[in-house]
Amino acid sequence: MRLEARPHVPLALSLLAPAGAVAAALLLCALLVAWSGASVPRAYALMAEGALGSRFALTETLTRATPLILTGLAAAVAFRAKLWNIGAEGQLYMGALVAVVLGGGLFDLPSWLLLPLVLIAGAAAGGATLLGPAVLKVRFGVDEVVTTLLLNFIVLLFVSMLLEGALKDPMGMGWPQSAPVIEAAELPKLVERTRLHAGLLLALGLAALLWFVDTRTVWGYENRAVGANPRAAQFAGMPVTRIMLRTALVSGGLAGLAGAAEVTGLKGYLTLDLSPGFGYSGIVVAMLAQLHPIGVVGAAVFIAAVFVGADAMSRATAVPNYIADVLVALSLLCMMVAGLLARYRLRRG
Amino acid sequence: MPPTPPGQPVLRLAGITKRFGPLVANDAVSLELHAGEMLALLGENGAGKTTLMNILFGHYVADEGTVEAFGKPLPPGSPRAALDAGIGMVHQHFTLADNLSVLDNVMVGTEPLFRLWSDRGAAKRRLLDLSERFGLAVRPDATVASLSVGERQRVEILKALYRNTRILILDEPTAVLTPQEAAGLFETLRRLTADGLAVVFISHKMNEVFAASDRVAVLRGGRLVATRRTAASTPEELAELMVGRSVKPPTPAAMEPGEPVLALTRVTVASGHGRPLLDAASLTVRRHQVVGIAGVSGNGQSALADLVSGLIHPDDGRLTLCGAEVGRADPADMIRRGVARIPEDRHATGLVGAMSVWENLIAERHRDPAFSRFGVLRRRAARAHAETVIREFDVRCPGPDARTQLLSGGNMQKLILGRTLAHGPQLILASQPTRGLDVGAVSYVHGRLLEARAQGAGVLLISEDLDEILAVSDCIAVMYHGRITPLLPHDRVGVGQLGLLMAGHWDILPDIIGESAHAS
Amino acid sequence: MAEILDILVSAAFWTAVLRIASPYILGTLGELVCERAGVLNLGIEGIMVLGAMTGWMTVYQGGGLWVGVLAACTAGALLGLLHALLTVPLGLSQHVAGIGVTLLGSSLSYFTYRLVLPQASTPPTIEPFQPLPLPGLLAQTPLTYLAVALVGLVAYVLYRTPLGLAVRTVGENPAAVEAQGLSVTGLRIGAVVAGSALMGLAGAFLTLSAFNAFFFNMINGRGWICIALVVFASWRPGKALLGAVLFAAFDAFQLRLQQVAGGALPYQLFLMLPYLLSIAALVLMSRRAAYPRALMIPYRKGER
Repeated sequence: MRLEARPHVPLALSLLAPAGAVAAALLLCALLVAWSGASVPRAYALMAEGALGSRFALTETLTRATPLILTGLAAAVAFRAKLWNIGAEGQLYMGALVAVVLGGGLFDLPSWLLLPLVLIAGAAAGGATLLGPAVLKVRFGVDEVVTTLLLNFIVLLFVSMLLEGALKDPMGMGWPQSAPVIEAAELPKLVERTRLHAGLLLALGLAALLWFVDTRTVWGYENRAVGANPRAAQFAGMPVTRIMLRTALVSGGLAGLAGAAEVTGLKGYLTLDLSPGFGYSGIVVAMLAQLHPIGVVGAAVFIAAVFVGADAMSRATAVPNYIADVLVALSLLCMMVAGLLARYRLRRG
Repeated sequence: MPPTPPGQPVLRLAGITKRFGPLVANDAVSLELHAGEMLALLGENGAGKTTLMNILFGHYVADEGTVEAFGKPLPPGSPRAALDAGIGMVHQHFTLADNLSVLDNVMVGTEPLFRLWSDRGAAKRRLLDLSERFGLAVRPDATVASLSVGERQRVEILKALYRNTRILILDEPTAVLTPQEAAGLFETLRRLTADGLAVVFISHKMNEVFAASDRVAVLRGGRLVATRRTAASTPEELAELMVGRSVKPPTPAAMEPGEPVLALTRVTVASGHGRPLLDAASLTVRRHQVVGIAGVSGNGQSALADLVSGLIHPDDGRLTLCGAEVGRADPADMIRRGVARIPEDRHATGLVGAMSVWENLIAERHRDPAFSRFGVLRRRAARAHAETVIREFDVRCPGPDARTQLLSGGNMQKLILGRTLAHGPQLILASQPTRGLDVGAVSYVHGRLLEARAQGAGVLLISEDLDEILAVSDCIAVMYHGRITPLLPHDRVGVGQLGLLMAGHWDILPDIIGESAHAS
Repeated sequence: MAEILDILVSAAFWTAVLRIASPYILGTLGELVCERAGVLNLGIEGIMVLGAMTGWMTVYQGGGLWVGVLAACTAGALLGLLHALLTVPLGLSQHVAGIGVTLLGSSLSYFTYRLVLPQASTPPTIEPFQPLPLPGLLAQTPLTYLAVALVGLVAYVLYRTPLGLAVRTVGENPAAVEAQGLSVTGLRIGAVVAGSALMGLAGAFLTLSAFNAFFFNMINGRGWICIALVVFASWRPGKALLGAVLFAAFDAFQLRLQQVAGGALPYQLFLMLPYLLSIAALVLMSRRAAYPRALMIPYRKGER
């Protein structure tokens, strides 16, 4: 058997691929659900209901999807240029850190000024965090996968150090958490008496903007060329190094913004469990979306629904909520195969 | 090895058909080979020669047809079965691991995989023994990376002989050799056939078919159109069989060269280790002039191309374009200065295969106001430009939105020509511009280069194919170990002399150039 | 200064070094085998988690310690097989597949652990491997001796046997291997599976030898550090041993130093050191490293 590239990938096929991948992942997870002794249809029904079954559930899912859209975009932008940024988790925390510092009452500014400042600074912090590994990659040829992964641990320890030291909230009853941001630095709520905040609009706007940049602008054109064939891009006169660093700033910036938005929109203060792995899940989101900015929105909502739904399901059954993590990991692996089958067909010989 | 009755073929291909999607690479090809004979497989690029041999060696599986070696059917799709049946293959792109030693490369796969030890002593003795018997000198402990192209080919042949090969296939074996090395190779192959081996070599060069083969099989468009005893045929007959129509070689009209467009003055480019890539190389290319650079691959041609493309910079010496000195130029700078660059590797450097035709066509000028404004691409203008290039350069493709990787090699090359020549270049750098193209595309490319020359461009043609150099160059220079000979007028230098220069015998230079040229 | 010297000359220090080094030795060796065949295995982190959980769980459920070791190796090999199938015959991105395998390995481990022990607030313990003093040597557990012995074994196989030559060749140029009648796919899958079994063992060392329980996040980036150590070792088993021991010595040293100089500096700074050290090693070595030429390049038969 061998693989033969399809001359054209029909749109239907590239939409079918993620659907098929998710279906396969759900089937495989059904084995684990059954192993837990729960009824598979009931468990999945509980999961769907928990994620989408009520107004409240829906807002919870969308709240959860907000950082996932941003980290998904971070991964998609980087992967498109073949910059393997696996460090969105660390970049997210750096963004959050800067947000609580600047938004914690350091400046007494009106909200319309302070909030953008805090968000932009958070994004800048995330971008700067990825800039290091990107420079090491283009200057010394150091594999950015390992450096960004290792940076995640370094950043978490750094944040932990500050939360137990300089940034520790004196009113925090000894818990390692920062003081909350002031009201002027809070993102407005979208729906009363829910946790859904304006970060979602920001994420959606950025997804649309990135789609435009990607398909319509010189920047997007250069990014795609560098990602698809850096040698040819360089030969044609494109500044590959600069494009790589630019991509790193954007990708890290999106992840940093995810952190800043979580702090200013949802939590209000910074703890070490701000992100349940949004950075890593963002990779899955990007892959499910086949690196398409608009697709990222759909994939992020799906992954968010899985996490929110699994929490609800595990409260009612014996299935541990880690089923969500398994489902997400399997979705990624199945998506890789599905993407391959969409781009190639199997032939004998 | 099973004994084969005399007169029986050692190899029989019957009705081999192979399709790649809509393309029929081999169409019901049947062929026989006898012990002690040397068969030339002749055909132009894309005729299906390599595909046929890859099926024979088990890299591909045929859609139809069978292969028999020594009277026994050969299981398809298994190089191992082919090797066990006594078939060896020397690939055009050598299959050697550069960082391992010669002995490692010869030994890999010859011992039972799960044996707990490896008998290197015995293997080394056997290798040296074979090397002596067939006059193929090698150093078993040298790493392959340190070998010249000719030495690597010897290792490939020894790899096959080490496995008791009785049928040896060589894919374009002379493509990378000097004429003298090629003659030496055919002497070696003669010794092998005298020893009872059967040899098949793939070629598209008429002269070596007549110099070396007993029999010739001609492939055209995937079909076997004729087999002849070489002695009973003529070059004219074979040429017509091979191409199917008569081909007129380009006849460049004589032209008076103009002022220099490119000048290298003692340019040195360091390699970071060992001898420099370019070593005090000097060269001048003038308007209305095609300068051909001949040489065995790996003697600095890539560095010369990279230098003129703007990818690397001189560590020492001067590079001038149209009289202006170029410092640390980058590719964008070279494009602005009017250098049209045709890269050696269309797929890896020339084009972004995953992007569309129109996107590739604006790649060198996407920031021009013609194709973008305020950072936003003018997609309509870019598509219109693509339509024009497609029409003017006769690119066969579904349209501007087609993905580039789906185009044939010849059409990809036309795309690159269209991208670079459409803007009235001062200098054209053409690196192996016809590698892998069929005759029609080759003459198209040559025609375009000569047309640009007529319009006043200077052309720097780098090629490993001496025939190509001789066909279109006004002057020829030879590269060896990063150095470049003075320009030799086309009519003053012969193939034999070029071959000697390519092998580093520069002591003959004074005889060619003569006193008069020296004075100027 | 005297305190620093005291640390370095104490036998307890070097015993600790070898203990700390063991999972790094095993993990680095496993990754090295994969990469020598041309496949980057970013699944290492998840494979180590699964190895740690499986080994511990097997013993906790009543299996013997060596049965636990075997189970951990098998679990590692299975995840390795998954990674190999995705990256070798299908030629998918080794980066993304590796991340996927890591996510799967850790999530499956946590899921299983929670499923079997839903209520455990403090992690239950087992009776781990005990130190086995050898005359003239420091007392180590059997798994540490095994780790050191495996370095020799892997080096012997790679450099002295036909199989090792084939694996090294497939990592340099798969076409060379195919032209000699060997299976590129078979060799690569085999190497990844074998390497991943070693990674599973590396994880099991933590739960069966270094500690006696399974904690969440106990691998804590050790797999990623192993990947940096492979680069540091220039893909050579002997240097991998050296690198792992050096690294562990540094780690043990900072632990001791933390006890001596603790309080003056936040402990997080000390914990950061191994990661910073790994990045430094990568930067230092990546320029001169003679990496396997075909690393991360998928090979599809018949595709030119």
